[in-house]
Amino acid sequence: MATLDSKVPKGPIQDKWTDYKNHINLVNPANKRHIDIIVVGTGLAGGSAAATLAELGYNVKAFAYQDSPRRAHSIAAQGGINAAKNYQGDGDSTYRLFYDTVKGGDYRSREANVYRLAEVSSNIIDQCVAQGVPFARDYGGLLDNRSFGGVLVSRTFYAKGQTGQQLLLGAYSAMNRQIARGKIEMFNRHEMLDVVKVDGKARGIIARNLITGEIERHSAHAVVIATGGYGNVYFLSTNAMGSNVTASWKIHKKGAFFANPCYTQIHPTCIPRSGDYQSKLTLMSESLRNDGRIWVPKNLEDVKAIREGRKKPTDLSEDERDYYLERRYPAFGNLVPRDVASRAAKERCDAGYGVNATGEAVYLDFAAAIERYGKEQAKIHNIDNASEAKIYELGQAIVEAKYGNLFQMYEKIVDQNPYETPMMIYPAVHYTMGGVWVDYNLMTTVPGLYCIGEANFSDHGANRLGASALMQGLADGYFVLPYTIGDYLSDDIRTGKISTDTKEFEEAEKEVKDKIEFFVTNKGTKSVDYFHKKLGKVMWDKCGMSRNEKGLKEAMVEIKAIREEFWKEVSVPGNSNEMNPELEKAGRVADFLELGELFAKDALTREESCGGHFREESAELDGPQKGEAKRNDKDFAFVSAWEYKGEPADAVLHKEELEFKDIELKQRSYK
Amino acid sequence: MGGFFKSSIGRKIAMALSAFFLMFFLIIHLAVNITSLFSEDVFNELSHFMGTNPLVQFALQPVLIFGVVFHFVMGFVLEIKNKKANGVAYAKNNGAANSTWMSRNMIYSGLAILAFIVLHFIDFWIPELNTKYVVGDMSGLHHGEFRYFNELVEKFHSHIRTIAYVLAFILLGLHLAHGFTSAFQSMGVTAGRKKTLQNIGKAYSIIIPLGFIIIALYHHLKYVLS
Amino acid sequence: MNLTLKIWRQKDSNAKGQMVDYKVTDISEHMSFLEMMDVLNEQLVNSGEEPVAFDHDCREGICGMCSMYINGEAHGPDRGITTCQLHMRMFKDGDTITIEPFRAAAFPVIKDLVVDRMAFERIQQAGGYISVNTSGNTQDANNLPISKHAADEAMDAATCIGCGACVATCKNSSAMLFVGAKVSQYALLPQGQVEAADRVQNMVAQMDLEGFGNCTNTGACEVECPKGISLDNIARMNRELMKAAIK
Repeated sequence: MATLDSKVPKGPIQDKWTDYKNHINLVNPANKRHIDIIVVGTGLAGGSAAATLAELGYNVKAFAYQDSPRRAHSIAAQGGINAAKNYQGDGDSTYRLFYDTVKGGDYRSREANVYRLAEVSSNIIDQCVAQGVPFARDYGGLLDNRSFGGVLVSRTFYAKGQTGQQLLLGAYSAMNRQIARGKIEMFNRHEMLDVVKVDGKARGIIARNLITGEIERHSAHAVVIATGGYGNVYFLSTNAMGSNVTASWKIHKKGAFFANPCYTQIHPTCIPRSGDYQSKLTLMSESLRNDGRIWVPKNLEDVKAIREGRKKPTDLSEDERDYYLERRYPAFGNLVPRDVASRAAKERCDAGYGVNATGEAVYLDFAAAIERYGKEQAKIHNIDNASEAKIYELGQAIVEAKYGNLFQMYEKIVDQNPYETPMMIYPAVHYTMGGVWVDYNLMTTVPGLYCIGEANFSDHGANRLGASALMQGLADGYFVLPYTIGDYLSDDIRTGKISTDTKEFEEAEKEVKDKIEFFVTNKGTKSVDYFHKKLGKVMWDKCGMSRNEKGLKEAMVEIKAIREEFWKEVSVPGNSNEMNPELEKAGRVADFLELGELFAKDALTREESCGGHFREESAELDGPQKGEAKRNDKDFAFVSAWEYKGEPADAVLHKEELEFKDIELKQRSYK
Repeated sequence: MGGFFKSSIGRKIAMALSAFFLMFFLIIHLAVNITSLFSEDVFNELSHFMGTNPLVQFALQPVLIFGVVFHFVMGFVLEIKNKKANGVAYAKNNGAANSTWMSRNMIYSGLAILAFIVLHFIDFWIPELNTKYVVGDMSGLHHGEFRYFNELVEKFHSHIRTIAYVLAFILLGLHLAHGFTSAFQSMGVTAGRKKTLQNIGKAYSIIIPLGFIIIALYHHLKYVLS
Repeated sequence: MNLTLKIWRQKDSNAKGQMVDYKVTDISEHMSFLEMMDVLNEQLVNSGEEPVAFDHDCREGICGMCSMYINGEAHGPDRGITTCQLHMRMFKDGDTITIEPFRAAAFPVIKDLVVDRMAFERIQQAGGYISVNTSGNTQDANNLPISKHAADEAMDAATCIGCGACVATCKNSSAMLFVGAKVSQYALLPQGQVEAADRVQNMVAQMDLEGFGNCTNTGACEVECPKGISLDNIARMNRELMKAAIK
């Protein structure tokens, strides 16, 4: 069986990538024409990879379940993208971005990958500007930056609150150019349902045409999975409704190890849940924490009064408020990393201080920022003795210019005006750091099978810093994979077209068809969503923001039970040979039901707290860090890569030991 | 350039250009006719000049006719193309929520104006051509005096015709209320200049039809009351 | 609240469709419109009927996937939002809500409320890009200062989510707001200048080929656009095309 070789090049960290590029095998342009690559998923990672590979001359077949690559969920990323440009002259550098990312990830990522990420980050900005991405600029016409949680420099480039959209549209435009040239064949409304291996190598996929229901065979010399994260295992998350683990899970079942599934990012600034009917949660950009102050009332009586509507948050004086992040983490205040901010909110709400009816909400208040900006503006405009109303008006205009679209979104959803009353926020599942295990080349444990973007595990360790997801997706797609895949494909220049008329394709296709047939003929009594919600509840309650041994053991048992019930009782109306959204959901939930159990098993095995994974048994018991997460580097400085063995509970753990040569392992402190 | 006018935007621009020409013509037409309120002589002089000057008759008039025909034909062609671009009709469509009645019904106000122009041609233009080019009387005289003013006044003796004219001018106003700014928008005018243009457009689409209405009513009432 | 829904049902692109009435009860005013549709679908699945197919994905107003024509308006009666952001508080107990797919000859129905917007894809492929390869050797981003004004305006144009509400709402099924937005984004930026003439000509030609109607400047698209894309973008496209024709 495959062993874990991370294939990190030798040499000093700052030279690894350059040396590597100088010594890999290349495929000459004439030969690239004879090589096919399948890219599944066309978000930032898949889209940028597809475009770049096609530019290089490979024949690319790209697959998206939406009707256009432009709709991938990367589009929803709001805040920004990091790059070590040091345009602000505040001391940023490749090393610092590398350091912040490793530290932010709680020392559970692979140093060499992260360094490479930091190294190419500058290129991303150059490339995107060349593509016409309209990043925010200052009055001198140069690029503007904002700061994000967990770091001490301003290195985040942004396009209003729609950075993900603009970057995705950039990659999408690059794809369109290649589609027009015939170098990318685009398969919209197609879902990959299995990978096909020939002689141990990934040589194609089985996909379902979501319009006609037809099952198709597609062959290639290499397959790239870029299908994003699996946050929807929680049912409620900030992911898109269609986001799923299916492609990652199918390749896992065909031999790709799945790494660190328990590393999940719970984002602190989401709009709280309002009822059981809720289908998804909405994220409010982390950039809001630049100006918003997070608080709950100091006294439980006030909490009660607010919940019953007898008091308004604005009635509370400064003394009656607990700005708990500023209190607990004076150095970083409201800008602590996401995992820390989320747990702190949970801690307050668990203690009974939650400010809405469900008890799961804290305030994010802009009054101070409005006043501060107002005074600043009054000074700029030489208004002496400005009235309070005038200051408020001036300040509101600035806040509106910065966050207007977010405030509008909040008001549409919650029906409250966030300029007048503080926003309510609560953490929600947002991003999954875990994913398919890949080596330095971004290749999985199956030869010829690659995994990029959120779908892989590599760069964010146990916690991702804000504005790093877009950076990683584009780094993988534009600047890493196109090199590393060439090294592999240089062996394939004489292979010729891969036939789909082989028993391997036939078997894979049959398996897919049988499962679909089962769903549409099963005489069950319960809808797919019933099971998904049930799974989600177990995940949130027992594998959520804090986890313990007992809960995780229960979760494994419960998820298995839900899965067994699912296979008996699931009801899927309609037929297989037509557009059938329920059938699509059924297949995805079936995979979540397996992943969920592995997730719990992984969390159970990792008896330490690190990043987004907080084990209640592993917390500081005293000292200045009392109550904070306690990492255990002696026993757990490794990547957990799981090998599929039938049942998720039987998965076998392989450890990739993490070496930290360039960064000293330290307790993460944001105090 | 040939390709340009075959494109949707090219056609739109052609539509706008013919509209500009017609709107300019309306100003001239109104300027001439309005004199009939003040001075029979001035009106007669101007009419005679317009009716007999070779430049007006053989250069401007054909251009005008071409402009009118072009604007109508293109209007219909575009309408048919646009209808074809629609799929199945909506069971419920709330157009009033997002656009003005005028903008959605240019084809109907246009058709009404076309009907009016037919009437107008029968009333004035065909007899005029007959007198001048069939009969060959270029003098502009009838019983020794200029005939233009009397012909004008006589036409507005009828209630029905007066009402038809007034209605047609109201529809012209509605057509212009959208058409004026629309033509500028088609020509690529945006942003800062828009507000002023909208105001000018409003003024234009009220003043021009109102002027014609006043002329019609003035002569009609003068006849009825005398 | 309790509602009557009149929904367009159509088995596939070849079938003939029709409006069908449904009843839903106990709808919370805090639900989003699509959550109300989820309730209906759960109800249909549980009674063994086929649920209503509709496009949706991000449910936060940015992916551009959702596309319903609700009570005679694209994305329903509220402004500056997509269907997924429409909340039931916009309706009253006892209301009848008519729900139809986006209509245009260029947007054929695939099933129920799902339409095919591939025409938009082909227009983008005709020129909605700047021809620059990925290399890592493009010039430093700050070597090309761009006025904040131009960058902001380009950004406003670039916020288009490609949902097709402009086409659906236009009495002529014209796609000019969509195309105008993309043409404008690049026309406003120095990076877009090199290919400006070819871009606008190719994109407009493709738009015409797809069978979209002609713009008559009713302005309905601008009102219904969930992202508030301005008509100015159409005017700019017209200018760009004139410029290209004169060149």
